[in-house]
Amino acid sequence: MPSICFYFQVHQPFRVKKYRIFDIGLDHNYFNQLGENNLNNLQVLKKVATKSYLPTNHLLLELLKKYPDFKISFSISGVLLEQFSKFLPEVVESFQALAATKKVEFLAETYYHSLSFLYSQAEFISQVELHQKQIKKIFNQRPKVFRNTELIYNNDLAKLIESLGYIGILTEGVDRILGWQSPNFLYHPKNLKKIKLLLKNYKLSDDIAFRFSSKDWMEYPLTAPKYASWISSINGSGEIVNLFMDYETFGEHQWVDTGIFEFLKALPGEILKNPDNNFVTPTQALKKYPARGELDIPEFISWADIERDLSAWVSNSMQEDGLKKLYELEGKIKQTKDQNLLDDWRKLQTSDHFYYMCTKWFNDGDVHKYFNPYESPYDAFICFMNVLNDLKLRLEEKHA
Amino acid sequence: MTKVLMFGWEFPPFNSGGLGVACYGLSKALSQKNFQITFVLPKKVPIESNFIKIIFADSTNLDIKFMSGYITADDHKQKKALGFDGDLFSQVYKYGLLAREIAKSTEFDLIHAHDWLTFQAGIEAKRVSKKPLIVHVHATEFDRTGGKNINPRVYEIEKIGLESADKIIAVSNFTKKIITEQYEISPDKIKVIHNGVEKVEHIENKSELDLSKLKQNGAKIVLFVGRITLQKGVDYFLKAAQKVLQFYPKVYFIIAGSGDMEGQIIQQTASLGISDKVFFVGFLRGEMLAKIYQAADLFIMPSVSEPFGISTLESLAYGTPVLISKQSGVSEILSHALKTDFWDVDEMVNKILAVLNFNSLKSCLASNGQKQAMQFTWNKAANECIELYKEVLLNSYA
Repeated sequence: MPSICFYFQVHQPFRVKKYRIFDIGLDHNYFNQLGENNLNNLQVLKKVATKSYLPTNHLLLELLKKYPDFKISFSISGVLLEQFSKFLPEVVESFQALAATKKVEFLAETYYHSLSFLYSQAEFISQVELHQKQIKKIFNQRPKVFRNTELIYNNDLAKLIESLGYIGILTEGVDRILGWQSPNFLYHPKNLKKIKLLLKNYKLSDDIAFRFSSKDWMEYPLTAPKYASWISSINGSGEIVNLFMDYETFGEHQWVDTGIFEFLKALPGEILKNPDNNFVTPTQALKKYPARGELDIPEFISWADIERDLSAWVSNSMQEDGLKKLYELEGKIKQTKDQNLLDDWRKLQTSDHFYYMCTKWFNDGDVHKYFNPYESPYDAFICFMNVLNDLKLRLEEKHA
Repeated sequence: MTKVLMFGWEFPPFNSGGLGVACYGLSKALSQKNFQITFVLPKKVPIESNFIKIIFADSTNLDIKFMSGYITADDHKQKKALGFDGDLFSQVYKYGLLAREIAKSTEFDLIHAHDWLTFQAGIEAKRVSKKPLIVHVHATEFDRTGGKNINPRVYEIEKIGLESADKIIAVSNFTKKIITEQYEISPDKIKVIHNGVEKVEHIENKSELDLSKLKQNGAKIVLFVGRITLQKGVDYFLKAAQKVLQFYPKVYFIIAGSGDMEGQIIQQTASLGISDKVFFVGFLRGEMLAKIYQAADLFIMPSVSEPFGISTLESLAYGTPVLISKQSGVSEILSHALKTDFWDVDEMVNKILAVLNFNSLKSCLASNGQKQAMQFTWNKAANECIELYKEVLLNSYA
């Protein structure tokens, strides 16, 4: 003890292009922005693949081969796998090479990286099933553990996910929920006995994901031996350390010149120097450790921003309006049985569209601004609503 | 108590634009911080102030008639006949002569001169008193002309003023850039102090200008406030209006202001066939202006070159969201605003229609924008100004 559970979120949305009112009724391609900008999905994909996904996959493959006890897990969104399969199949292949080591677990999520659990249970279940099929097809694994978009979670989610046959859920180790309890143990959701929760140790995770290259940080520079010593110090006071982070941490959020790859390269060896430490995948963790308590989480939590709630996606009237008008269409869209309409409607559900509309820029704003490919949250909203109105027109034509 | 001799050209309610508003807001905030302001105006107007001492230059021994620094359409005709240019320049020169006398008979520690019309006065006051001079740039000749047909005499007066000053205040980084690039002034000499806005009170709608009738059938109002000149981009506003109306017929466009392009703009409105949708309400102030800000669904400032844009903050103070040109100083401090290039009429139309169509967008822009605008107070501007005063005074004693 402790076991270290690495989990990486890998996701890129189909960003809505610059779409003006004049385009409504004429242009039904919503995601094909061209030119040198961050709305050009193919360009973003190529950039992130080159800077982050490919070199990190390459390094991890090396590490998995070098250390028999090293294990990792991924959740790759359906929309990203779809984009890769279509435009950059070599990236899919490099993830398949990782899967072939049999030491990499792939988790379940909604195909469209959506907020559907908040708005439509039926739609949510469909998207989880779609993703499951895709993972089976590409990696020949059937996911046993679920993680919702951006680790959004509450009691109701646990209940539904258990009923779908999953054995565990990943979510954030939120202080206001845990109180005196530690994220370094497994827990049962309120009143559920089969399914267990893996909680992100946000301090240790964010030391890598956010603080690694921060020169204002007391612990700068972070070295693998130092970090391994922090992990080892948990011995006796915890069973599992869940290090959950965006995969783009490596090479994209922390650039290559910060030394992030050298750090990652040295880390498994340093951690394994202490014979009490070991690596697990989420499923192995769930089999290895019992739940040490029960957590009652009636309100939604997530891993986003300092609030760790839904406010990154649903905290202003534009976000509420956009989401409401989008999900209102569900019945009519499904009636048409038109695959293109259904797919476009679903691609518009990806949580990133609503994240881009977030206006709480004054406290946690920098992160939002950094990740926003639009000039402002208002521009994001305008493009989204114009597209939605075009989709409505198409829908009306089908029903006419 | 530090004593400041301030030279201005206009003061509310006798102002034609933002210059007067800024002079009022800043000098009031400074006086509340125990700075004694002697504010000099070129010509006598019936105003009194309980916070600053106002001197009218023409009430001294010389008898000169002064004119508004900006030209209205009527003035324009008149001045063409009279040889306006000579007139305005001779007034600027005479203001300088009078400033010399005022400086001799007034006690002060430093001089603060607002815009080119007063630069000559500032220089003369400095010459006779040997006190430091700060010039405050609210607009340059490049803004007023849109960069075309710069008047070389105005440019020269501006350049001499900027060179003679001990320090320069620019109302934005946008303006600082023009001063360094077009007037070749060292950036170290220039401090950016953004303008502010006063807290406003919601006005009950009861008197003559009753816009509620206009809005009764769910019609919307898009507002332009400013001088009707090339600089302010009114022609782009009209082009956008015509396009908006093709998509959204229940909207009225109000133009509040006057200026040398007024006749041309009214004609253009007619030739675009939208005379029934565009209202010219003239130059408004006080309660009338407040009401129109409040009634509007969107305020637009499509300026070709706008050093700051105080009206933007005013609109937000009244809770009306704004669409502003990226070629403006206020754009650098406001994130909760819609922004376009002044020439990008299609994008302007796209954004206007979005505000008209989506209430959630309007309310988000309004509430966030209002909060942000209210952070820019004259109190804050005055504090920054005082820091500069201290620096200048320290250097002048050394």
